[in-house]
This record gives sequence, structure tokens and C-alpha cells, in this order.
Amino acid sequence: MATKVSMEALSPTMEEGRLVKWLKNEGDAVKSGDVLAEVETDKAVMELVARGEGVLRKRLVNEGDAVPVGTLVGVIGSASEDITALLGGSAASSAAVSAPSVAPAVAPAAGTAAAAKTAAAPAAAPAAAPATTGGRTVASPLARRLASDAGVDLQRIAGSGPGGRVVKRDIEAAMTSQPTQSSANSTPARTGSDFTDIPLTQIRKTIARRLAESIGPIPTFYLTVEIDLSRAAEMRAAVAELGDEFKVSFNDIILKATATALSQHPEVNAHWLGDSIRQFNRVHLGMAVATDDGLIVPVIFDADQKRLSEISAESRSLAKRARERKLTPAEYTGSTCSVSNLGMMQIDQFTAIINPPECGILAIGAIEDKVVAEADGGFTVRKKVKITMSCDHRAIDGAVGARFLQTLRRMIENPLMLVY
Amino acid sequence: MPIITYRDALNQALREEMHKDDRVFLMGEEVGVYNGAYKVSKGLLEEFGEMRVVDTPITELGFAGVGVGAAMVGLRPVVEFMTWNFALLAIDQVVNAAAKMLYMSGGQFPMPMVFRGPNGAALQLSAQHSQAWESWLAHIPGLKVVTPGTPYDAKGLLKSAIRDDNPVIVLEGEMLYNTKGEVPEEEYLIPLGKAELKREGSDCSIITSGKMVLVAMQAADTLAKEGIKIDVVDLRTIRPMDVEAITTSVKKTNRAVVLEEGWEICGIGAQVVDYIQRDCFDHLDAPVIRVHQADVPMPYAKMLERAAKPDLAKTIAAVKKVMYLEA
Repeated sequence: MATKVSMEALSPTMEEGRLVKWLKNEGDAVKSGDVLAEVETDKAVMELVARGEGVLRKRLVNEGDAVPVGTLVGVIGSASEDITALLGGSAASSAAVSAPSVAPAVAPAAGTAAAAKTAAAPAAAPAAAPATTGGRTVASPLARRLASDAGVDLQRIAGSGPGGRVVKRDIEAAMTSQPTQSSANSTPARTGSDFTDIPLTQIRKTIARRLAESIGPIPTFYLTVEIDLSRAAEMRAAVAELGDEFKVSFNDIILKATATALSQHPEVNAHWLGDSIRQFNRVHLGMAVATDDGLIVPVIFDADQKRLSEISAESRSLAKRARERKLTPAEYTGSTCSVSNLGMMQIDQFTAIINPPECGILAIGAIEDKVVAEADGGFTVRKKVKITMSCDHRAIDGAVGARFLQTLRRMIENPLMLVY
Repeated sequence: MPIITYRDALNQALREEMHKDDRVFLMGEEVGVYNGAYKVSKGLLEEFGEMRVVDTPITELGFAGVGVGAAMVGLRPVVEFMTWNFALLAIDQVVNAAAKMLYMSGGQFPMPMVFRGPNGAALQLSAQHSQAWESWLAHIPGLKVVTPGTPYDAKGLLKSAIRDDNPVIVLEGEMLYNTKGEVPEEEYLIPLGKAELKREGSDCSIITSGKMVLVAMQAADTLAKEGIKIDVVDLRTIRPMDVEAITTSVKKTNRAVVLEEGWEICGIGAQVVDYIQRDCFDHLDAPVIRVHQADVPMPYAKMLERAAKPDLAKTIAAVKKVMYLEA
């Protein structure tokens, strides 16, 4: 029986995909799981795989064309099979306006068949990522509730149920194995929930409404600090003498300090959910990376639990793979707070745009040598960096942001604190 | 505690209630001289006389109507149908008279009566005499429907049915009459509308009633050997249904198999599943699966009849499916 090849939702936010390159020609034999084409999503280039066996009978989308998720892009069938009905089905659904009596009957039925095929595929080959249908993760209601209660990201769990459905045992397994999932050697097991949902008080609702009226959908304010990097520089130099493997950048130190400070200020490590504020008990730090195609924000999961050397290696790896467009959706979703650094581009200081539903973002400027007055009346030259925090005022008040920055300053100016 | 048959438990219930209240009388085909087609009324004619144990002609609609009339003027009739398959002939009196009399008379005529008899399939009685009618009867507002699965429940539920001021349908089972179980000597009643957790387990709920309770218990025993612990919820009363007992169990186990004797379409199980999806949505780890009779008239051929009936193997397979142990 012929199988439809549809544009699949290959990232959580994907609404359309551009078919970059066909990897199979019409007439080529294909097996389930074969890569048929490369598809550019809103974030990365991903693989579109076959969900059926036979011959690629028809390619319906030209290389370079972008089509909405769900669009029929090809047909797999046996060499002799009549596939005109399938092709007609696609024509009918796109011509629904002119043939309303036919299209609704044909299109959903065909869609169901295609979905069933899609669901069958991950069961045959153990799924690395959960099954999705049209971008929706397939999970039992109980699994959804357990994941929500435990703060487990469903999208990061491979389901063991039929068609890759995430079920209770998968959540339980994820909860026991999660620490080793992101960091094999350091993250200690945690108990309790990953976050706390705090219902909005009336005053918080009023603040949210009035400030939003004042300035766009996110009423943002900015706090800037100038932080002394002398001791961070000493530390870098000292450990670098021990060998190249110990080299870390200022950016690594700032990321580590930010993650640690966030773990102490859950009110900043939060998402604005409209009717509640979700304070996270884990720190998943987004780091903005510029690529040729634009900005992407890969995530260092459990960044507060990772050693400086791990942060250094992971941030380098994520940035490299981001520029190569090799990130998987799981690697750039789920951040609790983010950092953007334009210091290497000689920007003294700037304000970054908050990535909702996050409530804050740090903008790191260039590191500069500055003359400063000393307590004894003399002058010295010190390395300084300006960090500006953009805060969503609906969730974070000025003093709350300021206290976070005090902690951050103390960490960066006394980097030994990072080992505590 | 004495161990007696389901048949004798029903006999005790009738005898005790007839002693207790002289408005109670039994009526039906062969209930008197012949002691009942299944000997449920054994000895009652001798004990209570022919005014209270009435042999009727083979006229189901007629004697059901006589029962309704008797109830209207203050008696408490127990009408026995030789099987519920024969009760189809009397269904107008059950549905249009008994179920609606109190309502349509503006409360002037209560309907304290019982319609009882064996329900569902026995062995090789073929298509017309092997039917489970609970979903037909439970569909009707104004009727109460009980489906005892054990001798203890049969006695306690029949006594409550006779004392209830509404028409109560008691669905017994030809294959149940010879089953045995503990029944206390002292008097007891089982309230209508209360399910019983027949067995406690944490992994999967089997929700069932009547004859299928035995199948569910067997399935639970078999699965226990594999370490699978089953909660067996015996509804006992189909209408009004004990929804809380169902949802409490499913919220505990997160999985349910609904086992019933009758057909799938519009069956009792469909209603149970509806309660589960409404009240337990966030607790479900798998779609609920129903086990029921195949959607065909009951075959006469022994092998085909066996294949058509819900049974132990089908129940075990369903449990393993909702537990994601087998496809």
C-alpha cells in the first residue's frame, strides 16, 4: 500500500519547512527510516525520513520550495501501484475551496492513514526522541501530569508505548536517570519538583497589567552593573599555567557565575506563564549564538550543577554545532534564563531582548581595561565588564533584579565562590 | 460460615422476605408445583401456599402486567421470568408500566416490585436464548438493575430489591446457580448502588459484574503469579452505578479493563468507560480496553460459542495490553 510523505513538524515551533535537497530520486527504492530529503526548519536543517517501504514514486515539492507542515511532498509505493488517488487527495485538499463536498471527506481520512504509519515507525526502531504527531508529543494523560508535576520535559523523553507513546514508566525512568542524562559525572540527584508554580497575587496581576500597558507586551526595564574581572583574570592565568586543558574564557566564568547566581535567585530563573510565574529549581541556561542565518539559543542544561570545565566544553560545542546548524530541537528548547554576549564584537554595553516566556536575559559587553581610583588615593588599571540585565517587570521588580546582580557581581569578582 | 449455592441463597432471600412481609409474593412460570425451572423457589409453595406462590400460564406480558397491577394496589410482587430472553415478551410492562408508573401518576402509585431470572448465555442454548440484557434494562430511567455474581451478593441484593419501593431488575445466571460461596446465617442486606472491591491490587483495575466477576477473579489469580496485581471492582448494581468505586480504583491503578458479558455496542462497559474518561483523564496511562461478547448472535456450535464469549484468556490479554506488556 502506498505511503504518503508529508512535511513533518521537525521542531516544536515549526510551521513550514523548506525542502533543501532531495536525497532520493523518483524510482529509487526506499526502506522505512531512509532519509528522503533535507528540510530546513525555522532553526536547523533536519532529515525527513521514509515512513514506508517501496519506491519513491513521486516528488511533489521542488528543492528550495517551502511548504506548510502536513503538506504532501511525495509518495512511496510499489513500482506498479496506482497512486493517482493519493495525488488526487492532495489536489482535493489544496482545492478545498472549490470542492468543499469532496475535500473534507478525503483529506482527513488520508491524514489518519499517514499518521498511523508515522506512529508505527518509531516502535520498530527504538525512538531517540518521542513520537510526535503534527508537533504534539504523544503521551498518556497520566504521563503528562507526572511530567508536569516533576518538571520533566516530555519532549526529551523517548516513549516506550505503542507508536512511541510516553507512558508512566518512561517518566519514572526519566526521573531516576535524569541527572546522568545531561552530565554523566557531576550532577547530583535531586529530590522534589523541578519548579514551583506561584499563583499571581492581585498586586502582581495589577503590576503585570499596568506595566504591560505602558511598554509593549513585555514591560522591560534594564539594570546595568560594571563588574571587576581582576580576580577572574588572576584565576584564568593561574589555572592556564597548569596546562592547556585548564584554559577557560571570561565568558565561561560569567556563564558559570550566572548559573550559580540563578540557582540562588529562583525569582529571576523563571517563566512568565500569563496566569502564574513558574520558578525553576533547575537552571537551564540559554546562550545566544549568532549564526549566518540568525540567532539561535542553545541550552546548557543544569548549568549550575556543572563544573567550569564542563561549561567551557559544552558552550564551545553548542556554539560550534549551532553555526553548523546541527543542533537538535531538544538542544535549543527548555532554557530557564539566557545570556547574550557581544563583547567579542567590541560592544561596550547593550540591552538584550527577553526570550519569552523567560523573564530575564543578561547582555555581556566588552572587557576593557579601566583606570580606577583606589582607596589609598592612587590609581590602578583593572579589567571591567558591563553586564546589563533585561527584566520582565511583570515578574521581576527592580530590587529583585538588583539583588540577583549583587550576587552575580560577588561571584565574578570572587571567582573562588564558584567552588562553594 | 455455611457454604451454600447461589440458587439456595436466592431461595433463602425469598423465604426470609416472604416471612417478614406478607405482601411479598412470587409469581411466574413453574415457580410453584415444579419448584421453579432452576429450583430457586424450591419448597416455597409448600410453605406459603398457592396465594403467595402463583404458577402462571406461559404469558409473560400478562403476568408481568398482573404484577404491576398488584404493586399499584399495595402488594410487593416478585415476578420470575424463566429466562430474561422470555422477558422480551413482557418488556412493555417492564419499561412502559413498571418503570414509569410512579412518575406518570404524579407519585400516586409506587412500584415496589422485583423482576428476576437468569440472564445471559449458559451453554449451547443458541442465539435466541443466550443474551445479556443489562444494557437494555439499565438504559431505562425508573428501573434499578442488580447483577449479583456470588451467593452472598445474590441473597443480600435480592432482599434489598424486594424491600425497595422501586421496580428492581435482578439478573441472575443459569451458570451461577450451582456456584457456591459463604453466606452467613444471620440476616444481612447489601445496599443497592454499592460496588464491592472484590480483590485489591495496584497495577490494573478490572471493572465487571455478574457472571463475569468469576472470570475477573480467575484472571487476577492467574496474573498474580506473574506479579501483576489486579483491583477487581464488582459493580453489583448496574443502575444506579457506583461511579466513585470505579474512579477510586482507576485513580489508584491508572489502567482499566472493563469486562462484561454482553455485546460491545452501547454496552454497560461503554458507560463505565465514559465515567472513567470524565473523572480519571489525567490518571490514565493507557486507553481503557473492553472485553465483551463478539458482535454476533450467539453461535450454537460449541467452538464458536466459546470463541464468541468473553473469557479468561481475553481478559488477561486485555490487562497485558493496557499495561503495555503485550501489543
